[in-house]
Amino acid sequence: MYVALLVLKNALRHKLRTILTVVGIVVAITAFGLLRTIVDAWYAGANASSSARLVTRNAVSLVFSMPLTYAQKIRQVPGVASVALANWFGGVYISERNFFPQFAISAPSYLEMYPEYMLSPEERKAFLTDRTGAIAGRKLAELYGWKIGDQIPLRGTIFPGTWTFTLRGIYDGADKGTDQSTFFFHWDYLNETIKKQFPRRGDQTGVFVVQLKDPQQAAEVSEAIDATFKNSLAETLTETEKAFQLGFVAMTEAILLAIQAVSFVVIVIIMAVMANTMAMTARERYGEYATLKALGFGNGFVALMIFGESLAIALVGGAAGIALTFPLARGFADAMGSLFPIFFVSEDTLLMQFAAAILIGVVAACIPAWKAARVRIVDGLRAVA
Amino acid sequence: MSDAISESRVDAAIDSVQPLVAIRSLSKYYTRGDQIIPVLLDIDLDVFPGDFVALMGPSGSGKSTLLNLIAGIDKPSSGELRIGGVDIVLLADVDLAAWRAANVGFIFQFYNLMPVLTAYQNIELPLMLTSLSRTERRERVEMALALVGLTDRQDHYPNELSGGQEQRVAIARALITDPLLIVADEPTGDLDRVTAAEILGLLDRLNRELGKTIIMVTHDPKAAEAAHRMIHLEKGVLVH
Ligand SMILES: Nc1ncnc2c1ncn2[C@@H]1O[C@H](COP(=O)(O)OP(=O)(O)OP(=O)(O)O)[C@@H](O)[C@H]1O
Ligand SMILES: [Mg+2]
Repeated sequence: MYVALLVLKNALRHKLRTILTVVGIVVAITAFGLLRTIVDAWYAGANASSSARLVTRNAVSLVFSMPLTYAQKIRQVPGVASVALANWFGGVYISERNFFPQFAISAPSYLEMYPEYMLSPEERKAFLTDRTGAIAGRKLAELYGWKIGDQIPLRGTIFPGTWTFTLRGIYDGADKGTDQSTFFFHWDYLNETIKKQFPRRGDQTGVFVVQLKDPQQAAEVSEAIDATFKNSLAETLTETEKAFQLGFVAMTEAILLAIQAVSFVVIVIIMAVMANTMAMTARERYGEYATLKALGFGNGFVALMIFGESLAIALVGGAAGIALTFPLARGFADAMGSLFPIFFVSEDTLLMQFAAAILIGVVAACIPAWKAARVRIVDGLRAVA
Repeated sequence: MSDAISESRVDAAIDSVQPLVAIRSLSKYYTRGDQIIPVLLDIDLDVFPGDFVALMGPSGSGKSTLLNLIAGIDKPSSGELRIGGVDIVLLADVDLAAWRAANVGFIFQFYNLMPVLTAYQNIELPLMLTSLSRTERRERVEMALALVGLTDRQDHYPNELSGGQEQRVAIARALITDPLLIVADEPTGDLDRVTAAEILGLLDRLNRELGKTIIMVTHDPKAAEAAHRMIHLEKGVLVH
């Protein structure tokens, strides 16, 4: 109890110094949390993906498509429960700035495979029965203020012309990790329209999504699918949805590593700043530590005072930093639009921020506490005079 | 405690009573590189229970060093140092700290109060190392405050007190654990004549009324007069 009192009063002795240190820690912990959240958001697609789904694409590149007839063959591969089509659309909504993913899907089968996209039965029915209908994630709809029944024009980049869809449903995510920023419409509509203009581009799709009967069989089924199309005009590459998503992330791996490195560097820097503050503070108090030791208090007590003060400052800064991460992350997500469809501060990030705060407090106190414990009483007392 | 008893304690020093502090061939050197700096040379000294000793001598003669050794906050280079029958030279640091907490009261020239604690809390501080309850501590602190005449200042912080008042708080802190021995290194060195006389009067009362054994380092012959006995140090050697 006395230690707590001494720690608290000592921490408030140099108010400006303590405040500046706390501010530094707040900034560092917040920056750390935000950077980690950005990295998380990058991986979010992969983490949210199901291990019960495979993605089959053209082995050469995603840019190339595969004939529709493959669907039937894939369905016959043992272990496959169902197959759905998905095709990247890449349209522009009003301006290039408004980026969000758009897919043409084989609606009933695709939606059955993705129960995490939750749609009310009415909206689902309305979507399925409208050839030019579309559905959008809740976040996306909120971002652009879309309501059911709105006409949404997308200017095609891969597929020429302006495509106008009627919003028939707004889906919610089953949990926080579910992407709610995607726009889906009917693959049939895309296919029929394209076939009229460019017959050779018809009956093609970018990927097949394959539902497994048993997730354990992912490897065997993938091999079996790819074996089916070996030596055909369009060879396939099948991998789990997670591996497929990570393939996208891998392209930006270097940037992610840099962000992660920066997030740790920030912590190391504040650690050095904090250690300097604590060293300065302890040095000023050698006389007091010596007096306490003369009175019979042990080295442990003196060390405890220093650790206590350092930890108190670090934890106050840490707590404020953690609290500040939430509004900041939200602001960042809003500013980024739908670039990061899944953007939230994870529990792991919070734990790491907390751990970082404790680490800062402990590391900063180590050397001053060791020195203060080591200083001879008579030398410390001389410091008073 | 009556004057007669404390007088008789001093007289008893001559034979029957065991010395409280028994120092035998105590030496202290500092080494700087290959150079040896002797500070105390072969000191022999007995201090008896109830004594009030003034330790005098020119600056640099080793007064503080000797006092620090007796108080157990410094280690001699050689020799024996028994206090209350315990050879404190042989104690490990941890045991020595516990020994100090129980047996020594410290009074410093610059008071050495904790600036973040009130007068009351400063006086209470040494009791934190005891098993006394909060109520018992309060009783003791209030008695000590009354003794040094600072009851009305108990909630003041050191920077709200005068030098003399700070030293009175320090004196209260020194006797709060009821130690065998009180050591004071120039307790009036930073005070004016009048305040110094007050502090010396207080020390005299501790000695006479509470029977505390006091060893006080001082430059001031006036201060030394308060003591019963004067010891002179010259270049690390005792001159009686
Ligand atoms: N750590 C040290 N290293 C070397 N020499 C030291 C050290 N500490 C003290 N001394 C020397 O020991 C001698 C005695 O010092 P001490 O402080 O005991 O003197 P003092 O009699 O109390 O003097 P003053 O009246 O000025 O307080 C001095 O010459 C001092 O320089
Ligand atoms: Mg001295």
